[in-house]
Amino acid sequence: MGFWGRAADYLPLLMEGVWLTLVITFFSVVLSTLLGFVWAVMAWTRIPVLVAISRGFVMIIRGIPIIVQLFYIYFVMPEIGINLTAMQAGIIGLGVAYSAYQAENFRAGIDAIDKGQIEAAHSIGMTDQLVMRRVILPQAIRIVLPPFGNTIIMILKDSSLVSTITVAELTRQGQLIAASTFDNMTVFTLVALIYLALSLPLTFLTRHLEKRYSQP
Amino acid sequence: MIQVQDIHKSFGALEVIKGVSFEVKKGEVVCIIGPSGSGKSTILRCINGLESYQRGAISIEGAKVDIADRSITDIRTQVSMVFQRFNLFPHRTALENVMEGPVFVKKVSRAHARDEAAALLDKVGLGSKLGVYPAKLSGGQQQRVAIARALAMHPKAILFDEPTSALDPELVGEVLAVMRDVAAEGMTMVVVTHEMEFARAVADRVLFLEGGTIVEQGPPQDVLRNPQHPRTQDFLHRIIHPME
Repeated sequence: MGFWGRAADYLPLLMEGVWLTLVITFFSVVLSTLLGFVWAVMAWTRIPVLVAISRGFVMIIRGIPIIVQLFYIYFVMPEIGINLTAMQAGIIGLGVAYSAYQAENFRAGIDAIDKGQIEAAHSIGMTDQLVMRRVILPQAIRIVLPPFGNTIIMILKDSSLVSTITVAELTRQGQLIAASTFDNMTVFTLVALIYLALSLPLTFLTRHLEKRYSQP
Repeated sequence: MIQVQDIHKSFGALEVIKGVSFEVKKGEVVCIIGPSGSGKSTILRCINGLESYQRGAISIEGAKVDIADRSITDIRTQVSMVFQRFNLFPHRTALENVMEGPVFVKKVSRAHARDEAAALLDKVGLGSKLGVYPAKLSGGQQQRVAIARALAMHPKAILFDEPTSALDPELVGEVLAVMRDVAAEGMTMVVVTHEMEFARAVADRVLFLEGGTIVEQGPPQDVLRNPQHPRTQDFLHRIIHPME
């Protein structure tokens, strides 16, 4: 049996993994975006306590490998009474870890807006909340979008880390098949091609959005 | 209407305003002149609550301007500001820039705000530029949009912070003409400016500021034509004869 014949054998199992990879990626992107936005807004308020919390959090998270954070959530948390399924631990782990990177990205977008516009908005009586919604966000989104697309691609690839805490996503499924068939060449070539097939459309989508939002 | 009483303001160790007091009556046009770094702009920014002050008091029709108080957003709707660098919202058209305050701050209906914004832009000579984004407008046109944006809030007063300083010389006139029209309609205005011609023609009163204090004040014909204080004389001489 040639490469394609064996690939056809493995594909159904790998596709089960693909599904979990997509689920993890999707929810991690949502969680990291929401949390990252919260950190960025906290830093923007200039309220010292909030700024300190936001800065401290981002610093700690960025200084610890994601895989260690995943181990911590999945293996250490149960000892203090917090039991999560491997899926939950994976999504929370990736979501929280990436929220630190998203926060930096959002912060850069918010900071890029000219202070004069913010003063002008204040001078017509806008509250901070309104300034954020009407002046900063609509402009920041254009700045934030390209790196946001890259972050999604990185989360997709790093979802493979979740294989280490027993989630049977794409990489884990590949390992299992390879372990029982010893056909490393076919299995990991397929796994790599599938990741590539998933990330390329995202790359093109990011480029498209980048172009669309570059006009005023 | 605008009361400024013994204002002190420091940036760190540097005291930029050292006890300034003045009053602006309803319908009055007050021009503030003086060398750069004299604290002119800072005073305007304090009146609009964009900047805090350490001592003294500023009030608008009796309401205290306190940057830390919730009432500040309310006060800002009553006193509009026109900035040196226009500060239009680049992601919105001229019309949307003018509508923004009425629709989102004052909760005026969109249709009404649109009609009024269009009328205001027409009044400042930009009736044909409603759908144009700021990047496609000249500096003078942008500043006129900014004046329309200020007027759309129906403010009790408008503060102008060197409104023509960032403009090419040939565009200064169109902005000053609009400001003169606004003044003629009875708007209360405080104008920080280097345009002595404008101050002479439009101001009811001129304040000369230097080193964070008011050195001299009075009607323009006195302060500009016949200044009493040597520092005012020196400043005006340098403005009128820059090559000497």
